[in-house]
Amino acid sequence: MTESTAPLIELSDIHKTYNAGLPNEAEVLHGLSFQIARGEFVALIGPSGSGKSTLLNIVGLLEGATSGSYRIEGQETNALNDAGQTLRRRATLGFVFQFHHLLPAFTALENVTLPALMREGCVTPEQLQRALSVLKSVGLEEAVAKRPGELSGGMQQRVAIARALVLEPHLVLADEPTGNLDTKSANEVFDVMRRMHAALKVSFLLVTHDPRLAARCDRVIELIDGRIERDEAVVAAANPEPADAHAA
Amino acid sequence: MLHTFGFERCVATRFLREGRVQTLLIIVGVAAGVAVVAYISALITGLQKNTLDKTLGAQAHVTLSERDDVVAPALVLAGRSVLLTQTQPRAQRPRSIANWQALVPLLEAVPGVAAVSPTLTGAGLALRGEASKSISLIGVDLDRYDRIVGLRAKVIAGTARLLPGEGIIGRELADDLGVRVGDRIGLATGSGAAGITDSLRITALVDLGQRELNRRTVVVPLRTAQSLVGLPGGATSLELTLHDIWSAQTLATELATRLPYKVESWQEANSQLVSALNAQSVSTGVIRAVVMVVVVLGIASVLVVSVVQKRREIGILRAMGATQGQVLRIFLLQGAIVGAIGSALGVVLGVGLIWAFSRLALGDDGLPLFVITLHLPLALQVAGVATLCGVLAAVAPARRAAKLDPALAIRM
Repeated sequence: MTESTAPLIELSDIHKTYNAGLPNEAEVLHGLSFQIARGEFVALIGPSGSGKSTLLNIVGLLEGATSGSYRIEGQETNALNDAGQTLRRRATLGFVFQFHHLLPAFTALENVTLPALMREGCVTPEQLQRALSVLKSVGLEEAVAKRPGELSGGMQQRVAIARALVLEPHLVLADEPTGNLDTKSANEVFDVMRRMHAALKVSFLLVTHDPRLAARCDRVIELIDGRIERDEAVVAAANPEPADAHAA
Repeated sequence: MLHTFGFERCVATRFLREGRVQTLLIIVGVAAGVAVVAYISALITGLQKNTLDKTLGAQAHVTLSERDDVVAPALVLAGRSVLLTQTQPRAQRPRSIANWQALVPLLEAVPGVAAVSPTLTGAGLALRGEASKSISLIGVDLDRYDRIVGLRAKVIAGTARLLPGEGIIGRELADDLGVRVGDRIGLATGSGAAGITDSLRITALVDLGQRELNRRTVVVPLRTAQSLVGLPGGATSLELTLHDIWSAQTLATELATRLPYKVESWQEANSQLVSALNAQSVSTGVIRAVVMVVVVLGIASVLVVSVVQKRREIGILRAMGATQGQVLRIFLLQGAIVGAIGSALGVVLGVGLIWAFSRLALGDDGLPLFVITLHLPLALQVAGVATLCGVLAAVAPARRAAKLDPALAIRM
């Protein structure tokens, strides 16, 4: 299987056990298998404790599976050491977290240029332009010089989205990015993600508790007790139109 | 290479700036530590130099003389007889070094030897009217002796000159006898049955740096001393000055194995002083080590707290693609930056302390007790060690930060 024809990510029989061999051993993922293709916008839903965040961490190479196979663009990740996983993460993945997780000492623009600085050791004028352009496309051209503390929750989350997208990753992993926002801000942030998805053809795997947002994704994977309960495409009719409907 | 560690530098400096009071406190702590180390080092170096200058200003680095007279052990009798002996150590009389004239050029050719001076010493009395003072008579060739102890530089009155019938005496001895430059004093030695007396005109008064030396030193021409001590043509010792004073012991040991003479270094002649200097050096080393350990612990504790505080940020950076090496370097750099800034401030503070010492610690004459300066190499050494300590202090926190589980850190 070559990289061009391989799914973006492919998980086969993924198990995750915490505290293996100890009295408090707990298996939280029980043999999950699914794929995500390039350009898909996938919602990962399920009740608390169903294993969503653990699965997202495994997909994001932040922690390893206990067993099973996980391939990114055809490459088996189990064989990668920490440095290899880091480089793979840097090249392929972008992250958006529930609590924004911007670096408070850096301005919005500096937060967005950090990935380039991390990769190259410097920020070229082109990369600076790129960061400004992404910030503009998420509607934050006026806030580039502000620090996270000076921004609203929704604005901070849009900075986080800009940061996740600036190096043009193939897959953005978003862990309840709207979970900490009011409905209006949540819709704005979701709209930004959909817009960037459409513009950049980047895939999204979005963990959410909000069934209305899940219904506006292309596909929904539902986890219950560490097992995939449902994995189906969202039909267009069930995809109601956004902001106004939810703003009330 | 312009952008080497650009990311690490950027994040490290931001983390430190974000820490504000925490960062300021630890920089002040490092600066205080470096200032103490710099000040103590300069003080002890100055004190030791001052002590050595005063001590070696009036004596040779290496002195070569005839071996002491010893009692020859009695022969052990063979058979069953037992010999009970009781020996009395022999009194040491003044003895001339045999053939010292031939030895002088030989010693001058030894590498490291700066000057050689034949000297004849003896005891006697200085007489003036009804006053008589016990003296140490030193017969020398003035030019050669000047290269050993820098006698001309120690003249405080008159002009150093040693023609026949002339002499140079210590300041306190002049006071005791009530004489000035140009006056005459009588000399008496106990050599021979009736003793020998002579008189000399004082050409100069000297300050040898030690009151007791000034009170008993009388320097006369070698020939005068030879007649007064009763050793015509003799010299009781050859005094050597070396280019490097710390090579004296090695050279003395080497000469003692090569030549049939008693060879004594200034360290052997001043063993108590050397012990005191060594004790000072050891104490300084201990103080420096303790202060540096405190600096290391201070920086380490602040960085450990910083790692805990920045756990989430570290997790985000790792999720964004920062390698373990990059995270490690971020914290090592913080240690280095804190160490370097603290060192720079500490050196300035140390110079201030030294300035204050020079202004406040004055002798009776209103001059500083002794000169202490913080030489650039010492300042650089102290600052370099402190900066290195900063990096070392950061190793453990940096490793801890690098090994943080990013998934766990983000969840915190």
